[in-house]
Amino acid sequence: MSWFTNFLTSSIGKKLLMSLTGLFLILFLKIHLLGNLQLLKDDGGEAFNTYAYFMTHNPLIMVISYGNYFFILLHMLLGLTLWSKNRAAKGQAYAVGNHRDTTWASRNMALLGILILAFIFLHMGDFWWKMKTGQTAVVMYGETEVKDLYTKVAESFKVLWIVVAYLIGLLALAIHLYHGFASAFQTLGLNHSKYTPVIRFIGTAYSILVPLGYAIMPIVFYFFR
Amino acid sequence: MSDMKLTVKVWRQKNNATPGKFETYQVMANEHMSFLEMMDVLNEQLVHEKHQPVAFEHDCREGICGACSMVINGQAHGPLQATTTCQLHMRHFKDGDTITVEPFRAKAFPVIKDLVVDRSALDRVIQSGGFISVNTGQAVDGNSIPIEKDAAVKAFDAATCIGCGACVAACPNGSAMLFTSAKISHLGLLPQGKIEHKNRTLKMVAQMDKEGFGFCSNIGACSAECPKEISLENIARMNRSFIGASLTTGKPE
Repeated sequence: MSWFTNFLTSSIGKKLLMSLTGLFLILFLKIHLLGNLQLLKDDGGEAFNTYAYFMTHNPLIMVISYGNYFFILLHMLLGLTLWSKNRAAKGQAYAVGNHRDTTWASRNMALLGILILAFIFLHMGDFWWKMKTGQTAVVMYGETEVKDLYTKVAESFKVLWIVVAYLIGLLALAIHLYHGFASAFQTLGLNHSKYTPVIRFIGTAYSILVPLGYAIMPIVFYFFR
Repeated sequence: MSDMKLTVKVWRQKNNATPGKFETYQVMANEHMSFLEMMDVLNEQLVHEKHQPVAFEHDCREGICGACSMVINGQAHGPLQATTTCQLHMRHFKDGDTITVEPFRAKAFPVIKDLVVDRSALDRVIQSGGFISVNTGQAVDGNSIPIEKDAAVKAFDAATCIGCGACVAACPNGSAMLFTSAKISHLGLLPQGKIEHKNRTLKMVAQMDKEGFGFCSNIGACSAECPKEISLENIARMNRSFIGASLTTGKPE
């Protein structure tokens, strides 16, 4: 094997891939949130639909979005591999459990990840897949025919179980981020008494605010639209 | 001196090939005994009853050798922070308590007998680190190599690791990264160890992986249960050393 594959397949190399893909996904979450907040604009969906059209037709954005799908898959597959290898490396569990000074989030990243994955399947299946396979109605804005994703979102967010599933998925995301954000920096080797408290603070704020921002959408649509 | 009557559940296992199980014993101890002295009382009792005594490791009994290795009520080295099993005293338990004692658990630490596990994987990690370049002969003058205070303090903190393996035992992933990073840090931070630092990091991490330890997921149980309170900063230092060394050392022949 070359030095590069040796590097990436080492324990620290694998962790580095988890960290970098995780950080990319953290960045994606923020941009995805900012774009989607246009759903809240009360204009019958024109701003959001125009934005969705731009996101699915701009070549650069399309490359980034396929990169994003790839990073989600990589983060997931590697995470599950590490989880199963870690279970094997532990072997027999203790008869008496005791967790001094550790968070529930840090010990359950794989479980939370699987919940988030289930949420992604629901989310992509309901919006992305239906849009890509032509199951979404269209509207005309001037000369351009645009898929009316806004109406589709509004319909889905009137269904109680979908709203509940979104809120559960977002809660899992919040807990996953609570550990994942700071953990990604530790894996990169960035831990110092000067800036680690700042990273932890930003991570905690991020893990609360971003999922909360997402949660506003199904709640607003279910109760107020 | 107040006596205490304890119920002690101990993991008994003849060898690695035979499955083990818990046995329950009644032990009369007193609050001034160390945990190991309580185990000695139990063993004396077992010998009198013509049973096999419980095998456990111990050596210095003053918290500096790293030989003692029990998981007491689910915590490596027991409930007291920054304390080895031998320095844990029975006054931290109550009369009538039930105490569960298990061996350090990890695939890389196979059970030899009862509470004794094979921790030689950690020795092989140290051996893989190789040498440091110093002149032999007469001892060097104390201050002939200037060392920055901050580096000296951090190196010394890392060097307090006694290699007991409690980090591996406490880690839900069976990872040895706190141990390995402490060893890498205590040499790498000092001018004497800087010369081979990159290659030492690469070799020690490779050996650690080969021994079948798990992957660190930054849970922090290792540092919380470490009798010497080795900090997670060491793992971060090892990570950046490893990343740096992988990208900057010469191609292997």
